Amino acid sequence: MIKKIFFQSIFFNFFFLREVFSAESGGMPQLNPEFWISQIFWLTITFGILYIVLSKLILPKISANLELRKSQIQENIEAAEKQRQGSEAKLKEYEEIVLKSKIEAKNILKDAREKALKNINSKKETLDQQIDEEIKKVEKEIDVLKKNAPEKINKIAIETSSEILKKLIGADVNNSSISAIVDDLSKRGGDKYYGN
Amino acid sequence: MAANPMTQFEVYRIGPEIKIGNFDISFTNASLFMVLSTLAILIIFNLGSKKNSVLPNKVQLLAELSYSFVSKMISDTAGSKAKPYFSFIFSLFMFVLFCNMFGMIPYTFTVTSHIIVTFVLASFIFVGVTIIGFIKHGIGYLKLFVPSGVPMILLPLIVIIEIISYLSRPISLSVRLFANMMAGHTMMKVFGGFVISLGIVGGWLPLSFSVALTGLEILVAFLQAYVFAILTCIYLNDALNLHH
Repeated sequence: MIKKIFFQSIFFNFFFLREVFSAESGGMPQLNPEFWISQIFWLTITFGILYIVLSKLILPKISANLELRKSQIQENIEAAEKQRQGSEAKLKEYEEIVLKSKIEAKNILKDAREKALKNINSKKETLDQQIDEEIKKVEKEIDVLKKNAPEKINKIAIETSSEILKKLIGADVNNSSISAIVDDLSKRGGDKYYGN
Repeated sequence: MAANPMTQFEVYRIGPEIKIGNFDISFTNASLFMVLSTLAILIIFNLGSKKNSVLPNKVQLLAELSYSFVSKMISDTAGSKAKPYFSFIFSLFMFVLFCNMFGMIPYTFTVTSHIIVTFVLASFIFVGVTIIGFIKHGIGYLKLFVPSGVPMILLPLIVIIEIISYLSRPISLSVRLFANMMAGHTMMKVFGGFVISLGIVGGWLPLSFSVALTGLEILVAFLQAYVFAILTCIYLNDALNLHH
């Protein structure tokens, strides 16, 4: 129903339109020459003023602005390029310095290590020598003690045996005879006698 | 009842009647919108060129973009020889563009929808281009009507066609702009009339059409200004660089 009304109204609209067109006379106002001269006159004046002001005042300014900006940007780009090159050179210098100092540090470390090693080695040697000397001294003492030990043992043995004999027999025994026996025994190898 | 879609093109007097001799040069609504367009262009471009900052503001950007747009258009179509005519083509493009755009505001008058205005502009361009051509090439400018590499038998016919096409340039240039503007505005008015006559029930369809047409007309307003300027460039190119 609404659809029908809608299309009908569109259809009838064309009748109204034709009525409108036929009702008002004149057609295209563009073809009415009444104001042609006026339009030409005002067009000449306005367009003339527009052209003169634009070409003499405004467009040269815009052109100059654009040129100025262009040259400014170019200058800035050049300055930036220069600064970039400078910074690159600085970076290279810095890297060289770092490299140099690294090598120096390595050398110093190497030297210090060598020195320390030398120090340690020399100290070790002296200490070794001292230890050797001490060991030798002690060994000598031990040797002396070792050499003296049998005599002392023999003496003790003779004394004790003479004492025992005195207590057992009640008579003095000649020390020399006892010592002869002890010597003989110790020469044969004390283990057999002392061990049992 | 719906208003006549052609009444929007009617010219009427504003203020007193001014006469010079027999000619009526009264200030009309057409004159008003010519003056308004000119003032708008001058104000915008004056603001846009006033101060020069490295980072341009909006108006300055608008002015400079228009400048480089027209400059590129001219150098693309007419080459570097057309440099002295830059100001004229720039003014022409801006004038037509602003007149078209002013016409898109409701209740305004479209200056370029009048054949007399576009015809005066087009014939000025035609006469100017012809004079430039004769100054640059002398009588050799007539070689424009004799294309190279055409068989001798066809030559008279071709020359006649070329002359006719050359002489019809101001007519085609002016009628193109005038007819586009007039047709667009008439169509919008007709669809606007449909909205009224169909009322609340069926008026939505022509209303949406009208909205879409407004967008299209803004596009056409720009495009016709561009076409007008670029055709001027092409005619100028013929006069400056004789290719035939």
